Amino acid sequence: MADIELISPGFYTTIQDFGRLGTAKYGVPQAGAMDAFSAAKANLLLNNSSNAALLEITFSGPKIRFNRTMNICICGAHFKVTCEGKTLENDKSHLIHAGEQVNFGSLSTGFRAYLAFSGGIDAPVLLGSRSQYEGITTHFRLKKGDNLNIIGSEKVLKESSARVQFNDKGILDNKIEVMAGAEYHLLNAIQKEQLLNTEYTLLPSSNRMAIQFKEKVKNELSGITTAATLPGTVQLTPQGRLVVLMRDCQVTGGYPRILQLSEMGINSIAQQAPGKSIFFEMLVK
Amino acid sequence: MAKNPIISHYGDCGILLQWDFDFNPENLKFLLSAKAKIDRMLDNPEVEVINTYTALLLIYPIAVTTRLNDFKRLQEIDFSSLENISIAQRLIEIPVCYDLCFGLDLEFLAKEKEMSIESLISLHTAPVYTVYFIGFLPGFPYLGGLDARLAFPRKKSPRNKIEKGAVGIAENQTGIYPQASPAGWQIIGNCPLTLFNPIASTPCLLRAGDQIRFKSVDKEEHKAIKAEVDNGDYELKTNSENG
Repeated sequence: MADIELISPGFYTTIQDFGRLGTAKYGVPQAGAMDAFSAAKANLLLNNSSNAALLEITFSGPKIRFNRTMNICICGAHFKVTCEGKTLENDKSHLIHAGEQVNFGSLSTGFRAYLAFSGGIDAPVLLGSRSQYEGITTHFRLKKGDNLNIIGSEKVLKESSARVQFNDKGILDNKIEVMAGAEYHLLNAIQKEQLLNTEYTLLPSSNRMAIQFKEKVKNELSGITTAATLPGTVQLTPQGRLVVLMRDCQVTGGYPRILQLSEMGINSIAQQAPGKSIFFEMLVK
Repeated sequence: MAKNPIISHYGDCGILLQWDFDFNPENLKFLLSAKAKIDRMLDNPEVEVINTYTALLLIYPIAVTTRLNDFKRLQEIDFSSLENISIAQRLIEIPVCYDLCFGLDLEFLAKEKEMSIESLISLHTAPVYTVYFIGFLPGFPYLGGLDARLAFPRKKSPRNKIEKGAVGIAENQTGIYPQASPAGWQIIGNCPLTLFNPIASTPCLLRAGDQIRFKSVDKEEHKAIKAEVDNGDYELKTNSENG
């Protein structure tokens, strides 16, 4: 019997770690936890390696049956999570016993939660990572009835009331840290000002590959010769759309790279739900 | 030719080196030599250096803390005195079946170009193409060297799905799709080789700096090669030389 079973998977639940590094030369996207900060926090609170594989839970969460006793920790977005009638708070290690079920309910803040298990999820390592990605791993998301094994740790942490008080403000904040991108200099003064003074509303089409907005930028720039991109690169299309590349993005692109999100900027925007709005805030060099 | 690049920070996980020159096989050799020099200088397997047409990008995991110091060291390199390193250059034969069952846009393209399908195929198989870099999809090679007479815009409405191995033309580019994908390219044939396999020891068949030539094969040969590839006993036809 597998260690845990997904009775229902939730809206979009995937296995993630920090993703693939050193594979851009093969054209392979990094993937990895959208909000890497919260993922690392969930792992570290369980005494895992910060790169251990965990579940990234988007918008609505799973129902999970545990067949083995272990510690878990939830960070990032705040869902109403219960286990056998007991509420499970974020940022705290919880002891779940074999036979118990953990249910994710309504979402209150943020957009993506990270559920870590002591030892981490035991999934195949492909090109240096367990992160699910279409064309690299067998499946790119979890479905109903999926069984997962957990590497486990020798020591089970006792249930305690200790909880780390984190200031999540930075992560849940709608001010997104940016720096000038490689083609920022191609923008005119009006565009530069507009970029930093507009409230941008996330479109429902936003996903792990890219985040897009309802508001457009008046633009006459055309494409560029194909160039390298990274997660956090903000491209401007000839139609005036801003495209914020996220963790599953391709390694190259053909639109001007006007801004670059900081690592914390990427983590923060990953917690913004479609319909929410953000501001870009230029980091002073 | 400007041999010293503009060096800039690319967010907090990258350093970008951009050269002000055209892309051509000679400059690609220069970029790959510069990459080799930087790899030696950094001596850090955690930092990946990739090239595109006229730039190098150094990609840092967030936990690596040498980036700001490396930036200064990069500024001190005099790239104008860089000797082109001897790069083992492979010339690889890539079989392509241009049968109409694969070449979905062959007839249309031949008609638009006012040439026979045979001359279109011979224009496509004649040049030696250069692999500049891999991008867009895992294993997808950006190739230079398409005969200008074959350049043609993308389709007005992209296809929802084309087969793995589809060979296409878009503007002045030609390429091979390593996996089934939606595509706006004009499809002229199919390559039976596997360009990308995540569980192979060498996941990617091609790499930056390789040269390739397309060889026209018929449907039976295509099928036979595909079977050999699937069984793992296809031998890639290459001529290695030091370029």
